Amino acid sequence: MDKNINIKLRIWRQKGPKEKGAFETYELENVYQGSSFLEMLDILNNKLICEGKEPVAFDHDCREGICGMCSLYINGHPHGPDEDVTTCQLHMRKFNDGDTITIEPWRSAGFPIIKDLMVDRSAFDKIIQAGGYVSVNTGGAPDANTIPIEKDKADAAMDAAACIGCGACVAACKNGSAMLFVAAKVSHLALLPQGRIEAAKRAKAMVAKMDELGFGNCTNTGACEIECPKNISITNIARLNREFLKAKFKD
Amino acid sequence: MSWLIKSSIGRKFIMSISGLFMILFLLFHMSMNLALVFSLEAYDKICELLGANWYAIIGTLVLAAGFAVHIIYAIMLTLQNRKARGKERYESSSKTPTQWSSKNMFILGLSILLFLILHLYQLWYNMQFKELIGDPTAVSKGSELVVGLFQNSWVVLVYLAAFVLLWFHLTHGFWSALHTIGWSNKVWLKRIKVIGNIFATLILIGFSIIPIYLHFAY
Ligand code: HEM
Ligand code: FES
Repeated sequence: MDKNINIKLRIWRQKGPKEKGAFETYELENVYQGSSFLEMLDILNNKLICEGKEPVAFDHDCREGICGMCSLYINGHPHGPDEDVTTCQLHMRKFNDGDTITIEPWRSAGFPIIKDLMVDRSAFDKIIQAGGYVSVNTGGAPDANTIPIEKDKADAAMDAAACIGCGACVAACKNGSAMLFVAAKVSHLALLPQGRIEAAKRAKAMVAKMDELGFGNCTNTGACEIECPKNISITNIARLNREFLKAKFKD
Repeated sequence: MSWLIKSSIGRKFIMSISGLFMILFLLFHMSMNLALVFSLEAYDKICELLGANWYAIIGTLVLAAGFAVHIIYAIMLTLQNRKARGKERYESSSKTPTQWSSKNMFILGLSILLFLILHLYQLWYNMQFKELIGDPTAVSKGSELVVGLFQNSWVVLVYLAAFVLLWFHLTHGFWSALHTIGWSNKVWLKRIKVIGNIFATLILIGFSIIPIYLHFAY
């Protein structure tokens, strides 16, 4: 049963990108375990504003796990201790009375801090702009089964397309690598006939952009897959490697 | 070809190929050394074949190049990855349950390298190298040198420790190398992990038998 709990929060506060940050400790009483993690932060911010203090800046938008805007490194996990959910879908029932919860921003050279817990993830947009699309207008949604696609391919493409680009993979990776994100984007297009035509060009362009933006080299630790809120499999990384190497050997 | 150094997947490709090359060498090296367990004469015959001949020398050079490439790329990757991770670290230590060896490949590799230097000094230097430079103290009967060496329990322990480190490096390295060249999917990922563990264990057992046997048999 959900109860009300008292918790201690250790939150990274940083005024701006160049400012020095530090942890600050806050205590919250009577937090309902049925509330979401972000609602708990709303309660904290309400309290801070009432006390005339600066509220904690954090990213969020849809609050239903589909936009990829929320982030936060909570107690050693991107998106917190729950399995396969985003921070906005994490609930306070994952925590107990008296817990201390440490909240940090994503940390990676590719994601510089904007303020407090907000990081700049526009690097992902740049990678998408480098090739994560189909160049021509392919028209409206075709009728089902007009283009036959094998079930396993359709399933794999759908699973890869579930990536919401939140950046948890980079946040979890000891190498600051964006391979799981790029692999998901390359895979879901490469597996379908509309995207297949530009697959080689896309893989090369997106990997080049990823490298240029300073993301690390993947060493297959698998941390990304474990922390991914959308369960994107690292087998997509193997597919990206395949696509990229095939394209390079053809040149 | 500059993509082999400029792109992350290119660098990983080199890492993978050089690693797989060393895996092949390990297999060869283990089979040849296992001769020691069956017959010292057989081992000495093999050593003679692999003395200061042109093919053995070319083999040694290719092998050394493979190691050098693997180590240079390992240093490059590790430094770049540290930089990509950023200056600020997480305060709470990561709770992501990843495989231990996957996070410690560089330090494992470095320890293997230290062992390698010791190993080359103890054996290769006294056998092939001295023969090459025409040093009269070059050992012609490899088995005598090896058997003598492993009478010391400390040497046996150091070798066994190194094999264990190699086991850890290979339990991640084997499947990681195949994953890097793209040989992995939902079905094969599980298989190459299992094959990697079996392979690493065979290498561990195969190499460990030799010092243990020689220590107690002579
Ligand atoms: C007998 C000796 C060795 C063998 C058989 C071996 C084998 C391998 C293999 C198969 C890989 C996987 C490549 C990939 O993931 O694409 C690997 C990765 C790696 N090795 Fe080695 N290696 C050896 C020695 C060394 C040494 C001496 C060093 C360092 C000084 C080293 C450092 C690394 C590093 C940093 C990686 C990258 C981690 C990764 O990609 O998972 N290794 N090794
Ligand atoms: S706020 Fe949209 S996914 Fe969390």
